[in-house]
Amino acid sequence: MRLEPIAAPTPARRLGLPALALAATVVLASGLSMLAGADPLATFGQILQGAAGSKFALLETLNRATPLIFTGLAVAVAFRAKLWNIGAEAQLYAGALVTVVIGTQTGLPGPLAIPAMALAAVVAGGLVLLGPVLLKVRLGVDEVVTTLLLNFIMALFISYLLEGPLKDPMGMGWPKSPALPRDARLPRIVEGLRLHWGFVLALICALGVWVMQTRTTLGYEIRATGLNPQAARFAGIPVGRVLVKTALISGGLAALAGFSEVAGLKGNLTADLSPGFGYTGIIVAMLALLHPLGVVVSALFVAGIFVGADSMSRAAEVPSYIADILLAAALLFMVLAILLTRVRVVRG
Amino acid sequence: MTEIVEILLSASFWAAVLRIASPLIFATMGELICERAGVLNLGIEGIMVMGAFAGWMAVYAGLGLWPGVLFALLAGMAFGAVHAVLTVPFGLSQHVVGLGITLLATSSTYYAYRLSLPEVTSPPRIEPFQPLEWPLLERIPVVGEALAAQTALTWLAFAVVVVVALVLYRTPLGLALRAAGENPQAVESQGLSVTAIRMGAVIAGSGLMAVGGAFLTMSAFSSFFFEMVNGRGWICIALVVFGAWKPGKALLGALLFAGFDALQIRLQQTGLGQIVPYQVFLMIPYVLSILALVLMSRRAEVPAALMTPFNRGDR
Repeated sequence: MRLEPIAAPTPARRLGLPALALAATVVLASGLSMLAGADPLATFGQILQGAAGSKFALLETLNRATPLIFTGLAVAVAFRAKLWNIGAEAQLYAGALVTVVIGTQTGLPGPLAIPAMALAAVVAGGLVLLGPVLLKVRLGVDEVVTTLLLNFIMALFISYLLEGPLKDPMGMGWPKSPALPRDARLPRIVEGLRLHWGFVLALICALGVWVMQTRTTLGYEIRATGLNPQAARFAGIPVGRVLVKTALISGGLAALAGFSEVAGLKGNLTADLSPGFGYTGIIVAMLALLHPLGVVVSALFVAGIFVGADSMSRAAEVPSYIADILLAAALLFMVLAILLTRVRVVRG
Repeated sequence: MTEIVEILLSASFWAAVLRIASPLIFATMGELICERAGVLNLGIEGIMVMGAFAGWMAVYAGLGLWPGVLFALLAGMAFGAVHAVLTVPFGLSQHVVGLGITLLATSSTYYAYRLSLPEVTSPPRIEPFQPLEWPLLERIPVVGEALAAQTALTWLAFAVVVVVALVLYRTPLGLALRAAGENPQAVESQGLSVTAIRMGAVIAGSGLMAVGGAFLTMSAFSSFFFEMVNGRGWICIALVVFGAWKPGKALLGALLFAGFDALQIRLQQTGLGQIVPYQVFLMIPYVLSILALVLMSRRAEVPAALMTPFNRGDR
């Protein structure tokens, strides 16, 4: 077999194939649910109910979506330049770390502390990604492996700090940092509703990335670098410098997820602050086809699946890992479907 | 210093080096085969998790040790087949597909674990592979003792390196596989199918990765834990680069790496462990992997067509 480009794909093909991918995911999930001895329709109903069935559920989904928007944007920005940043997890923790340090150690008053924490987080996250990118640009070291390995190094570093210098003396021996003072926390958007301004910041960032990508020279340079670095270099684009700028933006966005989780939701730093938000960000970005506004939609979808599956597994016999399988399968089905909207398979 | 010398002269240290290296050797050879054929396989981490579970579960279900290894191999090959179909004939991004396979294999494993053992708080233990009985071998100090402490799976790991090296460099199949990673057009002009060669390499390589994972549960720990693979797959990708895509050098890399790992575990017990936090010791494998990548970066021996999809008829 070989692949032949389709000059003008029909709308049926462009919409039908992604729909088919979604249907395949649903079929797979039904099979998994039946394997666990549960009625698939009941499982889907419970997931939907748990994700959006009540005001509480909906707010939980929005809260879960917030860090995923940040990490999804971080991945989308980087992947657009074919910069394979798989280290959003480490950048997230770097952001969370400096947020806690500034919030608890400097004694800045709230109105100053919050912007200082956010800015420092962006810088810290950017710096964490800068290392691997400089190694890539200067020495040709593959950034996939270096960013992945940094996740493990960062996790150990955080573990050391939480058991040592950053340990909360009032923490009853638990490895956790002291809590941010009240006035250094992100306020709730509406008093009484458990949703903080981190969500709005995430939406602003999505809009900002979209403007950057479509309306600025840097956005154009990032796209050109991603499409074909040799051609971009030939056209006079400083590819190395573009990659460094991309890294600073991408790392900074991922770090804002850490800032927002600490300052908006948790109030302190623990080693389990992120249940893999950095890795899930890759799925979020890919399902959104790397479009920054699409990231918001896909983060809400992914967060809904996770929150819904958590709530479902408390009631039914189906393990909550069904959410992870579903999303990984959706990712693989979707990339295949998107390809097949552009090419057809011919024999020979 | 005397403590380090003491460690280096002990048989238990060298036994640990071989034990730690074994899963890395299997998985590194698996990744090496994929990459020599032109496909980066980032599914490695998840496939190792799957292999660790599949082998262990098969033994727990009463299948026996060697059938368990075979079961892990087949499970790895199944996920390898998915990776191969998506990246070779369809030519999808090897980064995206590989990470997708890692997520899919890991989450499927955890799902299967919860389904098969819904009530347990700690995973059951199996009777793992035992060290092989050798006449006289353990009487040779240090080297002999270290070798006598190894199970059949470790010996198999070394045999795999020999087989991979022989096939790659001494058979027409190996030549075709290497050519598929260097110059796929040339392979097609010989009337061979690049698609078939690459798919075969990814499926076979993924099987080896799963056996590497199975070593952890069937020879090293005798039980399955979440996150027990703990980045070993990513380290193996670094080891392939460190070994300049050659089986012998990759084996040396794995042994060297295992040596540092075994050393850091023992240094934690010494006076140094009192001063330096244990997390610093645990960081050493990951830091070393990054260092290995940096050191080898200047040597451009990357297979020329690595990560380049091949579509027959394209120019």
